[in-house]
Amino acid sequence: MNELVFFINNVVIAGSVTGSIYAIGAIGVTLIFSIMRFAHFAHADMMTFGAFMVLLLTMAFPGAGAVVGLPTPVIMLPLAMVLTALLAVGIDKVFYKPLRAHGVKPIVMVIGSLGVTLMLQGLIRLFAGTSGQSLYMAGERKEIYRLALPFEGVRAPIVITEPQVILFVLTIACVVGLHLFLSRSRLGKAMRAMSDNPDLARASGINTNAIVAVTWVIAGGLAAIAGTLLALDVTFKPDLSFFLLLPIFAAAIVGGVGHPYGAIAGGFVVGFAETLAVFNWAVLLRPIAHHFPEWLELPRNLAFVGTEYKIVVPFFILVAILVWRPTGIFKGKVI
Amino acid sequence: MPLLDARDVHGGYGGMNILNGVNMAIEADEIGVIVGPNGAGKSTMLKAVFGLLSVTQGEILLRGEPIHNLPPNKLVQKGMGFIPQEKNVFPSLTVKENLEMGAFLKPQNTRRMLKQIYDFFPPLFDKRHQPAGELSGGQRQMVAMGRALMAEPSLLLLDEPTAGLSPLYMNEIFTQVKQINAAGVGILMVEQNAKQALAIADKGFVLAAGQNRFTDTGAALLADPEVARSFLGG
Repeated sequence: MNELVFFINNVVIAGSVTGSIYAIGAIGVTLIFSIMRFAHFAHADMMTFGAFMVLLLTMAFPGAGAVVGLPTPVIMLPLAMVLTALLAVGIDKVFYKPLRAHGVKPIVMVIGSLGVTLMLQGLIRLFAGTSGQSLYMAGERKEIYRLALPFEGVRAPIVITEPQVILFVLTIACVVGLHLFLSRSRLGKAMRAMSDNPDLARASGINTNAIVAVTWVIAGGLAAIAGTLLALDVTFKPDLSFFLLLPIFAAAIVGGVGHPYGAIAGGFVVGFAETLAVFNWAVLLRPIAHHFPEWLELPRNLAFVGTEYKIVVPFFILVAILVWRPTGIFKGKVI
Repeated sequence: MPLLDARDVHGGYGGMNILNGVNMAIEADEIGVIVGPNGAGKSTMLKAVFGLLSVTQGEILLRGEPIHNLPPNKLVQKGMGFIPQEKNVFPSLTVKENLEMGAFLKPQNTRRMLKQIYDFFPPLFDKRHQPAGELSGGQRQMVAMGRALMAEPSLLLLDEPTAGLSPLYMNEIFTQVKQINAAGVGILMVEQNAKQALAIADKGFVLAAGQNRFTDTGAALLADPEVARSFLGG
């Protein structure tokens, strides 16, 4: 039983956390791709920007969350989402829109977004410094819940933190909200229509510029959620989410590029694959170790890859998907 | 005042002129048909009317108002509908969603127009929850026409609506075009099946090399031996 608790803590919860953050990030990447047909490399730093906005707002209003009994950063999240959405729309106006107006190839947009990513990182470093900072300040602490299982002989409790619970709730809310938006609302349907056939969308009288703006608002808002909850789970750093770029793109491609539901599935596939790959399987095998023949000794650490090589997992999945199923789980648009 | 009046239209893609002075006028209750050999600029003319390529010289008037070089979404607001030849549906959207997109600018009309379209194209009602990409060619053409009609256009532009369809569907499309016109919608269409199209046309425009070769009523063009010899295959 203790082994099961260990598995829940280290795989089920950890995998869901990573998966949720990848999924929310990948939704943004895939929406941008389906509307504007380019891979937006600055997406990870938009996530960091969202967390940075929360950091600034929390500094400005320390302890504001005590009023409603939630951590202050969580209270500041809606405002940070608005600011990040504004940033996204602004970046589009200043950098991507002129490129689109020139009718450049998608690769030029991709390079442009690389420039934006460097600029954003520089800006955040300029104001936030390079060291890590906790979003919990002014005496607030990360609440940690320990749920003891009511079984005999179970010593270890299931451990889950408050930001993780909030992350799960928000992920479910985002997924349900996105589904309702895309399948029910007039604007959401127009977005799918533009993703299907931009020329026909224009010929139907859909204002494609407005759809582009809406896409940035959604992508920016979601990026702020993912970045902030990641920063709450670990700490805020200027390169907080830059290293998530690869897994997020892997998630979008695994799910099928341009397919929002695929991005969600892809996020969790990559998230769980990562956690399972670094999980120490020896813990689960130890209780049955006495059945093993004598020459087979159970090593202390039996993970597929070391934790420090975690990043190779999404890379491997990406390569495998591109070789065997380039359209992803759901049939996406092949890049 | 004619519904559509195009005067001496020049235009093309990327500096290469395909239209070299096309004239075209149709009244509000008329069907205009553009025919001509391949490369004559038929579809290009239709796209020029719908603002999909830049008109470098000449003018296009909709009820006397200049509309050349206006973007398509503005033209939809002014009562123009366009059905491209290919890729004329949103494949991953359901039939109903496709139709809803047609009424994007007039969402308050969606319900009333949906009912009208289902009455006009009964097969679409049965398939309304199916993605348009799964339909047959003829049914897709119905979705495309339905989508354009949802906006209650006063002028409908059709680019080769019968291309690639079986003769059975072809006749059905021509009948439907006539019915749409009878309901008060002006029609301008490009057609490969010139004889059948001219038979229902009030005005026929025979283009060659980006210019008008013959312009007359549909019946007169069909009866003209010279048109028949050079453009209708004898």
